[in-house]
Amino acid sequence: MEMKPLTRLLLGLVCLLVAIWLVAPTLVVVPMSFNENKSLAFPPQGFSWQWYQNFATSPEWSASFLNSLKVASVVAVLATVLGTLAAFGLDRMKAGPAGLLRMLMLTPMVVPGVVLAIGIYAVYLDTHLVGTMLGFVLAHTILALPFVLIAVSASLEVFDRRLETAAASLGAGALTAFRTVTLPLILPGILSGLLFAFATSFDEIVVSLFITNPYLKTLPVQIFSSITRDADPTVAAVGTILLLATTLLIGGGMLLLGRERKGRQ
Amino acid sequence: MSASDPTNAPVAQPAAEGRPGWAWRPFALAAPALILLVAVIGYPLFIIVLRSLSEPQWGVQNYVWFFGAPVNLTVLQRTFAISAWVTLVCVIAAYPYAYLMTAVGPRVRLALVLCVLIPFWVSGVVRTLSWVILLQDSGVINSLLRAAGFDGIKLIRTQTGVVIGMAQVLLPFMILPLYSVMKGIDLRLMRAAQSLGARPSRAFFTVYLPLSLPGVYAGAIIVFILALGFYITPALLGGPRSTMLSTLVQTQVLSLLQWGRGGAMGVVLLVATFVLLALAAPVMRSRYREAGRH
Amino acid sequence: MKPAQESKGAAIDLESISKAYGGFKALDGVSLRIEPGEFMTLLGPSGSGKTTTLNVVAGFTDVTSGKLLVGGRNVVGVPAHKRNIGVVFQHYALFTHMSVGRNVAYPLTLRGVDQAERKARVARALDMVKMGDFAHRYPSELSGGQQQRVALARAIVFDPPLLLMDEPLGALDKKLREWLQLEIKRIHRELGTTFVYVTHDQEEALVLSDRIAVFNRGRIEQVGTGRELYDEPATLFVGRFIGDSTVLRGEVRSDGASTALTIAGETVTAPRRIAGETSPVMLLRPEKLAIRRPGQDAAGTTNRLPGTIAEAIYLGSGSKYEVRLDDGSTAIVRSPLTGDSFGLGDKVELCFDGADAKLLAEDSSADATLT
Repeated sequence: MEMKPLTRLLLGLVCLLVAIWLVAPTLVVVPMSFNENKSLAFPPQGFSWQWYQNFATSPEWSASFLNSLKVASVVAVLATVLGTLAAFGLDRMKAGPAGLLRMLMLTPMVVPGVVLAIGIYAVYLDTHLVGTMLGFVLAHTILALPFVLIAVSASLEVFDRRLETAAASLGAGALTAFRTVTLPLILPGILSGLLFAFATSFDEIVVSLFITNPYLKTLPVQIFSSITRDADPTVAAVGTILLLATTLLIGGGMLLLGRERKGRQ
Repeated sequence: MSASDPTNAPVAQPAAEGRPGWAWRPFALAAPALILLVAVIGYPLFIIVLRSLSEPQWGVQNYVWFFGAPVNLTVLQRTFAISAWVTLVCVIAAYPYAYLMTAVGPRVRLALVLCVLIPFWVSGVVRTLSWVILLQDSGVINSLLRAAGFDGIKLIRTQTGVVIGMAQVLLPFMILPLYSVMKGIDLRLMRAAQSLGARPSRAFFTVYLPLSLPGVYAGAIIVFILALGFYITPALLGGPRSTMLSTLVQTQVLSLLQWGRGGAMGVVLLVATFVLLALAAPVMRSRYREAGRH
Repeated sequence: MKPAQESKGAAIDLESISKAYGGFKALDGVSLRIEPGEFMTLLGPSGSGKTTTLNVVAGFTDVTSGKLLVGGRNVVGVPAHKRNIGVVFQHYALFTHMSVGRNVAYPLTLRGVDQAERKARVARALDMVKMGDFAHRYPSELSGGQQQRVALARAIVFDPPLLLMDEPLGALDKKLREWLQLEIKRIHRELGTTFVYVTHDQEEALVLSDRIAVFNRGRIEQVGTGRELYDEPATLFVGRFIGDSTVLRGEVRSDGASTALTIAGETVTAPRRIAGETSPVMLLRPEKLAIRRPGQDAAGTTNRLPGTIAEAIYLGSGSKYEVRLDDGSTAIVRSPLTGDSFGLGDKVELCFDGADAKLLAEDSSADATLT
């Protein structure tokens, strides 16, 4: 659609502002993380690495980081396995029950976090799962499941099942056909599900706040309590590290995807 | 293999249609996920409903209390108002952005997509922390204002602050569905409208806007529903005068140990969410189908 | 048809195969013998059972009852991947994540063929379909015709004794289709494998096949060479499905030696009787009909029917006319360029020799399935 230069300029300007609004606030943690003072007041004073050192050496911070890594890794695998199986099941079901079950499995995405949190908290109190690894893993897995389901279902939707028939005609048994044809073709969906599941767990805060205890905290819980307790710039250092890691992961992933696509063309 | 032909030795077969014993297989594949779902979502929600009706004794006293106390109603109303504001801000900001994503070359589009995805992927707590740093009385915005010679303004612990922060966190949920609908709009329709005598602005309002509405609709519903249940951002950016329902639920349960009342509030929030979803689902589905036709 | 002893192909016997989906009978007692090395086409309208038959032979579909012998071995109950039958699909079904070379090597890898031999056989198969230079490309980089040739190479690379093709040219445009038909014929000749080819296009069937089995409503109506089906259709359905035809219906009278049909007051006769009770119709091929101006002398023809030219089509080698008869039905006539030409609306007489008329039993489905 052709636009007048003025309209074009205005549109560009508005979008620039939106882009700044999206990205810039997050970047503010970067200068804060090098603050010399123990304060989150702006502007930061001086330059120091002490908050990064604190993150690495303080048992509170490093323990919560390791907990998050552990939980998120287990959750990523578990949710990906369960979600992929479910996506296959739904794909091979009649439309009616499949639609109903899909809706059910997506509910964790829309149930308000706090409502879910008090429910899980109530059950965990009875079953002594509060502050346990298992408790975190179960809760996070169910929250990550919808993302895996969506990602894998999307690639199953474009997967041509007749290719399995073709593989059978060429001599592949059901399992071989799955391994050599189906799996490689839906692998991008499974991998992005895995990534989503990891991120969901690593990032989860609302339910975690309820089922945590002083002996087992995840990183977001530690960040949250740090923010509410005092103005410790260690949170800014953590935020900067997470920001960097995310950008590298996403940027790298996109580059890889782009290169692979180019290679095939 | 035909059941009526017993002379054939049973041989393993590829999945074939019409074999009665195999119909349960898809359900078996979905079963582990479903069991976990029932145990970790279904059962807890059931417990909450149960407690809202049974604590301290059986009856609807908790709901009577909730709808009888003006404070609660104010918070309920505020929750909807804040969600509506957030949704509005998101629509206004996302529409031109998503449009630009469809109109630029692949390089700029990649940059625009990254601008959406990076905050989307960065931890929600970290983003809220950023907003605390920005909005606090000694924060970025106030320092800049003071440096320019203005008085500082109160942003943190205000409703405005909550709306700004929430809208930023939720914006990707608006941009992405909007973009996916706009991507499918045939721009030749705009040319057709102009060739029929419509000015560009009129062509936009009569052709492009109606075609993009399904995306607006889908994004708005998602944003509104997520905003209703928001907890972290209002808890960190808001004050007593911008408390949302989620915070109230948390206070009742964790601080006052009032499981019945907290549960009743949670149920109200849950019902509101699902009613909205149920209202939106059919419209959204038909709209999407319409949009997908061309 | 090739003699069996020379051929590498397998014989196939379908013995009263039935396949029911609930109450619907997709196949209703289909019996067919396909000779080793033969090119057999299963022809019929959609839903007639030809593709179901192919799926049964390939092992994609179970049968409800009946026996299926491939190379003398009953394969009912043998899964598709153990049947060693090549299949070419209408939708190509190439694996998009593998290069052309790996696609073709796939069945060899599954069979544990060692690398050196694999390479040689892949190259040979690709050369056979004239895709030798494309081994390193991906399917998404190929045109439809190229993809189908790769699919063909993949289906023959493991030397199956039987190759099934399910409307392999259905998605391609006419020119490419005609060229690939000749390619398939050549490959069939070179391989000596039994080919079973499914199509709804009777011209394609005539071009390719040694014999054709005409399917209708889950049954085989007739099996024969193209010429047999055209000249001696066993049923009205076959007569209508293969080639152009004119069907005359009227009041029937039959004596010991001949059958007479009265159409809108005019009577035509054929020197044969039809067996059975059903009222017969007469089927005539376009080149067996002639048209004359009314009253013009027409020596040698026994039957005349008045009509009007409704459509005149110039075909280069001759002309094709549609003649509206007085009872409202339409006759199709092909006439050589020599002789009279006619214009729209001309009153004419349709002439034919009674001996050229095929007397066939009425079949209401013959018209319905042709639309």
